[in-house]
Amino acid sequence: MWHFFHQLASPRYFYRFAGRILPWLGAACLLLMLAGLYQGLLVAPTDYQQGDSYRIMFIHVPAAWMSLFVYVVMAVSGAVGLVWRIKLAEIVAVASAPIGASFTFLALVTGAIWGKPTWGTWWVWDARLTSELILLFLYLGVIALNSAIEDKRTAARATSVLALVGVVNIPIIHYSVEWWNTLHQGATVTKFDVPSIDLRMLIPLLLMALAFKLFYLVVVLMRARCEILQRERNTGWVRELVEAP
Amino acid sequence: MSSAQLNRAFVVLLKRDLTLAFRRRSEMVNPLLFFVLVTTLFPLGVGADPALLRSIGPGIIWVAALLAALLSLESVLRSDFEDGSLEQLMLSAHPLSVLMLAKVLAHWLVTGLPLLLVAPLLGLLLGLSGDAIVTLVQTLALGTPVLSLVGTIGVALTVGLRKGGMILSLLVLPLYIPVLIFAADAVTSTGAGLPVTAQLSLLSALLVLALSLTPAATAAALKISLA
Repeated sequence: MWHFFHQLASPRYFYRFAGRILPWLGAACLLLMLAGLYQGLLVAPTDYQQGDSYRIMFIHVPAAWMSLFVYVVMAVSGAVGLVWRIKLAEIVAVASAPIGASFTFLALVTGAIWGKPTWGTWWVWDARLTSELILLFLYLGVIALNSAIEDKRTAARATSVLALVGVVNIPIIHYSVEWWNTLHQGATVTKFDVPSIDLRMLIPLLLMALAFKLFYLVVVLMRARCEILQRERNTGWVRELVEAP
Repeated sequence: MSSAQLNRAFVVLLKRDLTLAFRRRSEMVNPLLFFVLVTTLFPLGVGADPALLRSIGPGIIWVAALLAALLSLESVLRSDFEDGSLEQLMLSAHPLSVLMLAKVLAHWLVTGLPLLLVAPLLGLLLGLSGDAIVTLVQTLALGTPVLSLVGTIGVALTVGLRKGGMILSLLVLPLYIPVLIFAADAVTSTGAGLPVTAQLSLLSALLVLALSLTPAATAAALKISLA
């Protein structure tokens, strides 16, 4: 078990391992997404209040979940990279930032599109919307810092520190904003004992959430592989790989 | 390394930074002028209706204070980085986090404290009540040190970069939001005659948290960006 993880931390081994599992992960992601979309768009019943407009939830909610999840992954792998100096963890942290920013952006845009028919406005200064917007700014700061520093290793380590500072701040920001103003509907899924959401809506939602997780995994592995090739371009195994017919 | 020596190093560094600052007084005055100027721009922009100014005054003053703090941030480490004394500090046997705390304290005394002294005047200009002005000074006293402490992490991350200024604001401003919310809300609530113990306690909590955690983060960031 430990041997496997030690091997995985070596860029060369990781590159091959990720290459081998990528097609499977991609196929699983596609299947889940298709199933989720089918269930969500065709099987799930129409909402008695919001009509069909609520169906954007199957994109909006998983994207919003992922926006936070990716930030935490980024901070944790950044911490691992800083403490144990594992290059791979740094690479994952750096590779996650643009993906997380995209999820955050997607959540904001779908939220605006959903808000127009249900709340009657594209944007309100509501607590969750505002903290999601601030999260986007945090991501953009991380990306900007990473691209401003030329040396890749220094950039990755600086980015990790910033992600850690951000992750300490996210709860503080979240609660301060919550206290400042709130209008958003309460959570309807986390109350697992008696979910206030219909089962036929819950299943596609969870399917889509799983599909989004896999999608993140696929993209982060692809980006990490690319980054490994760039960083290790002067090593023998990359040269062999490139020059092989 | 005994703690007495560490204390002396702290005091010596504090004195050095203060002396340097007093020899370049214009740098001290600039953020202050900026603070006053930005606040003056708002009535010109939104109109001089006293009721409107009174309601948005706390927010204006706090946003201006935030920007002034941001503007002066780079000077915490910039000149020391350019003349090489920052590297000497890092080579010293004392923990870098404590030395950074001394630098931040000196920086706050030079750029943050003056804001406190001018703020009542700006409060009067915007028509805040006496109680609201007292709360304004209290929130500035608790909040501006947090701004300096948190901002220094950003400075440490960007100090080696040629165009660090723009990125610095991108890194630091989102982290300033909780301070802005609690502080501006406290001043507004005082104006409405509501108790503000909660906001002041939260600001104090933020200050304690920042005091205990940010020096370590700053030291780590410096070691990375100057490696």
